[in-house]
Amino acid sequence: MNAPILGQSGLSQSGLSQSGQGFAAESQDAWTVAGRSFRSRLIVGTGKYKDYATNAAAAEAAGAEVVTVALRRVNLSDPSQPMLADFVKPERFTYLPNTAGCFTGEDAVRTLRLAREAGGWDLVKLEVLSQTRHLYPDMEETLRALKLLVADGFKVMVYCTDDVVYAQKLQDAGAAAIMPAAAPIGSGLGIQNRVNIRLIVEQAGVPVLVDAGVGTASDATMAMELGCDAVLTNTAIAEARDPIRMARAMKHAVIAGREAYLAGRMPKKLYADPSSPLAGLI
Amino acid sequence: MRLVVNGETRDFERASNVAALVETLGLDLRKVAVERNLEIVPRSLYLATGLWDGDRIEIVHFIGGG
Repeated sequence: MNAPILGQSGLSQSGLSQSGQGFAAESQDAWTVAGRSFRSRLIVGTGKYKDYATNAAAAEAAGAEVVTVALRRVNLSDPSQPMLADFVKPERFTYLPNTAGCFTGEDAVRTLRLAREAGGWDLVKLEVLSQTRHLYPDMEETLRALKLLVADGFKVMVYCTDDVVYAQKLQDAGAAAIMPAAAPIGSGLGIQNRVNIRLIVEQAGVPVLVDAGVGTASDATMAMELGCDAVLTNTAIAEARDPIRMARAMKHAVIAGREAYLAGRMPKKLYADPSSPLAGLI
Repeated sequence: MRLVVNGETRDFERASNVAALVETLGLDLRKVAVERNLEIVPRSLYLATGLWDGDRIEIVHFIGGG
């Protein structure tokens, strides 16, 4: 267990080895999903905020380039109510439409076809839920929906359990990104199975994002230290006492975790090793 | 004409096509997507897509979500 949690995938893209300076410029460290490159490794949700203005300010403070959005019926009784797009502007943020609330593959496909028409965008987040108590995805149905969407030309980032075998099946079926849950959606419990997240990262040939279950900044850092390409979080920011400050904390947490991953952590040792030399003691 | 819009049955006097319906409802054409009888109506076809008694229409937009 000496060269600890370093997968191979991150280093080759970072420019680290080519810099000749011994350190990588942050600006070189982008990640790419379905042919689109992003510098921010933090995707934020847009649910649960007290209003869209706070939501927009938090997305800015997080430094996010991508935000998840949901698709719902318009309110016919009050068409003048505030709209997400007027605050979290699609010119500023890449919308990642989700299928939250869908329990069958057909529902998910229908939702994302409508989303594509509403936004003209084929990069989507698939989630097919099993039941409302834990909101874990139904992986059999998720895989079936993924195949339908891929056949329809979508680039699909897939919310999934931290099941290493299913993660491989999703990749084989054409997923653009694998997004295992760290813990149940909205629970804030943090990464429950580091071993599985690391195994998923190591085997993946597409980006891996921890999606769901992040509760605070250190959870996001841990995801990045495990080699994830990015983190997706909503409730941890929206339900913090000060969402803007937590958004900023998450931004730094993701950067810190990514840098630590690229830097390669020291080996863990069983006993102390003094930092000040013992030679020359008076 | 009687339509089912977002699950609500409503009567419309002047909604001969999708574009007219969206406008009658006071919605911004650029910010919604429309489904007629489970078929998506591309925005370019709003004017050309006629409506008939009993049509089931869904009009959706993006809201906050995780």
